[in-house]
Amino acid sequence: MKLPTVNDNPFMKPMEWAALALLCALIFGLLPLALDGFRLNLVGKYLTYAFVALGLVICWGMCGILSLGQGVFFGLGGYCMAMYLKLEASSVENTKIQSTPGIPDFMDWNQITALPWFWKPFHSLPLTLIAVVLVPTSFAFVIGAAMFKRRVGGTYFAIITQAIAAILTILIVGQQGYTGGINGITDLRTLHGWDIRTDAAKTVLYFVNGGLLVTCVLIAQHVKRSKLGRILVAMRDKEDRVRFSGYSVASFKIFAFCLAAAFAAIGGAMFTLQVGFMSPSFVGIVPSIEMVIYAAVGGRLSLFGAIYGTLLVNWAKTTFSESFPELWLFGLGALFIAVVLAFPNGLAGIWRQHVEPRLARRPKPVAPLPQGAPAE
Amino acid sequence: MFGEYSLGDLGAIFAMQGFAGLILFSVYVLMALGLAIIFGQMGVINMAHGEFMILGAYMTYLCSGFFQAHLPALFPAYFFVAMVLAFLAAGALGMLVEWGLIRHLYKRPLDTLLATWGLSLILQQAYRSIFGAREVGVELPSWMMGSVQATDAIEIPINGLFVMAITVLITLAVAGLLFASRYGKQVRAVMQNRVMAGAVGIDTDRVDRLTFGLGCGIAGVAGSAFTMIGSTGPTSGQLYIVDTFLIVVFGGAASLLGTIASAFSISQTQSTLEFFLSGSTAKVITLLAVVAILMLRPQGLFTLKVRR
Repeated sequence: MKLPTVNDNPFMKPMEWAALALLCALIFGLLPLALDGFRLNLVGKYLTYAFVALGLVICWGMCGILSLGQGVFFGLGGYCMAMYLKLEASSVENTKIQSTPGIPDFMDWNQITALPWFWKPFHSLPLTLIAVVLVPTSFAFVIGAAMFKRRVGGTYFAIITQAIAAILTILIVGQQGYTGGINGITDLRTLHGWDIRTDAAKTVLYFVNGGLLVTCVLIAQHVKRSKLGRILVAMRDKEDRVRFSGYSVASFKIFAFCLAAAFAAIGGAMFTLQVGFMSPSFVGIVPSIEMVIYAAVGGRLSLFGAIYGTLLVNWAKTTFSESFPELWLFGLGALFIAVVLAFPNGLAGIWRQHVEPRLARRPKPVAPLPQGAPAE
Repeated sequence: MFGEYSLGDLGAIFAMQGFAGLILFSVYVLMALGLAIIFGQMGVINMAHGEFMILGAYMTYLCSGFFQAHLPALFPAYFFVAMVLAFLAAGALGMLVEWGLIRHLYKRPLDTLLATWGLSLILQQAYRSIFGAREVGVELPSWMMGSVQATDAIEIPINGLFVMAITVLITLAVAGLLFASRYGKQVRAVMQNRVMAGAVGIDTDRVDRLTFGLGCGIAGVAGSAFTMIGSTGPTSGQLYIVDTFLIVVFGGAASLLGTIASAFSISQTQSTLEFFLSGSTAKVITLLAVVAILMLRPQGLFTLKVRR
């Protein structure tokens, strides 16, 4: 019998190629054809959360580090983009009724007369695009380096990232003059002179968003299939053995966390472009935990599952909260509990355990999936 | 920031803010005690802890309404009845939750976080459906109003003193229960080594259920005490949960003394900073300091030396 090696491991299995094709068909064909502009924009918004869920599959599902602060990176990416758009919307002509023209309106209201230093780089689009990825990722690097080098993990990591989400929200809300406070950065109009508020622009942004998402899926798939991905999974299951084999566990964890942060940041920037504003309500604890549940419902071990989970939960949220606002929270709560108790690997787990064996010609016994990530 | 104050002023400010901080400290200790048992001892991340507090607060609200309507003569004493009821209600719900939810998840601590978050959403919506979305407050009996003039600069509200007294009593009771009683020994044995504890004849299922119930019950009492200093709404619990977790983690999860020490240092820092800076900046600096210290010392201030 031939033993499987890393080289026998193709980039994607046939089933995964099928899943990718289905996803592309859904994002680029079915949904744009079936939905009107408003609904399509809504799906675009959901897909920006899918970036976060994708990152969570890598850092939580594969690597076993649950971050409750993904909203921080989503928000930082979104705020970087929003700062650029806001500066463009506050040109001297647009803001000539203010006491100091040329600065964002909320600064004027808060008696700030000069643009703060950290806003200045956002006059330039290339710098902004770099900042969208670089600022959240370096922040994640600092957190990750501080925590993982000291072997903080599991529940402690989750609680500390949650505290960071709380801190950032309080900071944004408190520093109204610099950040727009609780209202966030609103009234965004153009991207480098291109009006993002028209229906045509929204459709274009939707397709850009879809393209970026598929790119991120491919990157994540590459990580998952490579030797790196195997080390991540090994680390999740027996961290000490990986450490004793000579791998730098901390560095791998930092990498996974930074990658998840970068994905979340791209999602955040696309969110700002499609929705037209950014506010602290997408940064804090509640949105961060909701993002975790998207990944959990879809399946914390499956890249495609996470995207479907995000779409499904958000779709259900919109539909149910329109018609039964009271029942929705009960339903969402029950969903959390059901996912954890009954199907810890989410929709993808159900698929793998019940549907895939039936699809295969010769039914093979499927090894049970690991029951959740170990704590330490 | 100290420039414009003289030394005498600063002394008075620190004393005044110190007393304000003591009330915050009592609140923090009450919130964190239950969590120190559930998270620190049992390792369960209970995100619904805030909602158990709110349950206690609503019990107190109901109780005050009942006494006002039916037993006005006993109104000055309703608070003691309310506290007992809050403890029983939150404790009973806690035991039910342990039976239905938590006991399946002892080997997956991160998943308790998700499940209890779901539970907290359900409880919030339940409170909203039963009591309405608006915040409710209770009427204090007359003996709890007013304040004691300690010096000419320092004035201490009586309800604050009462909260402090309750905190001391409950802390002593919990410490006594955990460290001096047979049950406490069983709890600590189960938490350190579940299999071994079961092997020597401890009914671990029962100990788990009682411990979780105890933690939730204390949360209920904390909620009941909160009604004296503020009003309660369906989502108030979420405001406290991060602070509470940080206090427990900062103190060193398994140590009761650590929880108290960390609640003290956090509340005093925050209260003192609040005088010089705005409330939100003080909070940000305090939380940042806590996170920074946790990064340097991840086990928290006080740790239990255990071989693993």
